Formats: sequence, C-alpha cells, structure tokens
Amino acid sequence: MPKMNLTHFEAAFLFSLFTSVVMGVVTKRNDRDRLHYGVYVFVCFFVALFGLGWLMYFGHG
Amino acid sequence: MATEKEAKPSPPPVNKWAPVLALGWLIPGGGHLFLKRTGRGVLLLVAVTGMFACGLMMRGAMFQPQSGDLLTTIINTGGFIGDIASGLLYFLSVWLGYNQPDVPGHVHDYGTKFLVAAGLLNILALTDAWEIVAGRKD
Repeated sequence: MPKMNLTHFEAAFLFSLFTSVVMGVVTKRNDRDRLHYGVYVFVCFFVALFGLGWLMYFGHG
Repeated sequence: MATEKEAKPSPPPVNKWAPVLALGWLIPGGGHLFLKRTGRGVLLLVAVTGMFACGLMMRGAMFQPQSGDLLTTIINTGGFIGDIASGLLYFLSVWLGYNQPDVPGHVHDYGTKFLVAAGLLNILALTDAWEIVAGRKD
C-alpha cells in the first residue's frame, strides 16, 4: 500500500471533506438540504481551521 | 395541559433492522444500499472507505483495548470500538497483516485519528439506516 505524506492542511482538508459528506447525508431529510448542510459543515471546518491557525500564530508571538 | 398521552412510535421488529445494521456495519453504506437508498449508500461507502484508506496510507495505528488507569482504558477501549466500527475494512486490514506500531509524527497521528473517525462516521450511517427502517426518515 502506498504511503501518504500529508501536511497538516492537506490532512485537515481530507478529514473535513469526508466528514462533511457523511454529516450531510445522515442529517437532513431531502437532497437539497443534505447538500446545503454538507457544504455548511465543510465551510465551518475551514473557518475553524483558519481561525485556530491564526490564533496559534498570534498566540505563539 | 395536554390530557392525551402522545403515542410513542413502536420500534421495528428485530428481523427488520438487524440485517440492515449488520450489513451497514460490515460494509459502510451497506444498510442504505440494502434499503434501496443507492445514492446515499454509495456516498457513505466512498466517504467512510476513503477516510479508512487514507488512515491506512498514513500508517495510522490501530487501538487495542488496554486496562490500567481510567484515561488509558477510555482512550484505548474507545479507540478500539471506533476501529472495529468500520466493519470489514478493519477485519480485512488486520487479517492481511496490517500492524502499524504507534510511532511519533504528525502523519501517523492523523492516520490513527482517520481510522477511528471512519468507524465513528459508520456509526452515524448505522443510526441513519435504523431511522429509515423505523420509518422516521425517508
């Protein structure tokens, strides 16, 4: 099996993608809401990712 | 004040939900495919299998249940439950000899989390399949 060497960002991107798909599929009751919720969760992951990244950057001094 | 007692929906019979949950556990999205929710089943299959495969390719470690102090027990037993929740993906990788020791490094660490998260996502899929069988969802 090939080995993957990912950066923090790439790993977080993949994690967000897979998790958003499942959250979108299992949470809502019609396809339109599922798509919207999946995109919403993905955007939330990225807002948190960049927000925490900048927080750590400024916190580090 | 409501005088009538709300009717509680009765759970579906075991012979209806047991095969769905068993199939959904062994094959991610299998419960949805069995219930003819093909699109959702395929999405779940791709997402959970993709997460698990990425975890393997990042050489994540599998948890083994361990006893000791409370934190060790919770982390290792919880991680083990998360790992086996991936069903056949977990059993196949172990039977085919995947045995990655827990080594330091952010990629290995992400891999370990991906393997557990794949199982947890499969538990969400199982819950959804159960709700479909129970008639609470379409």
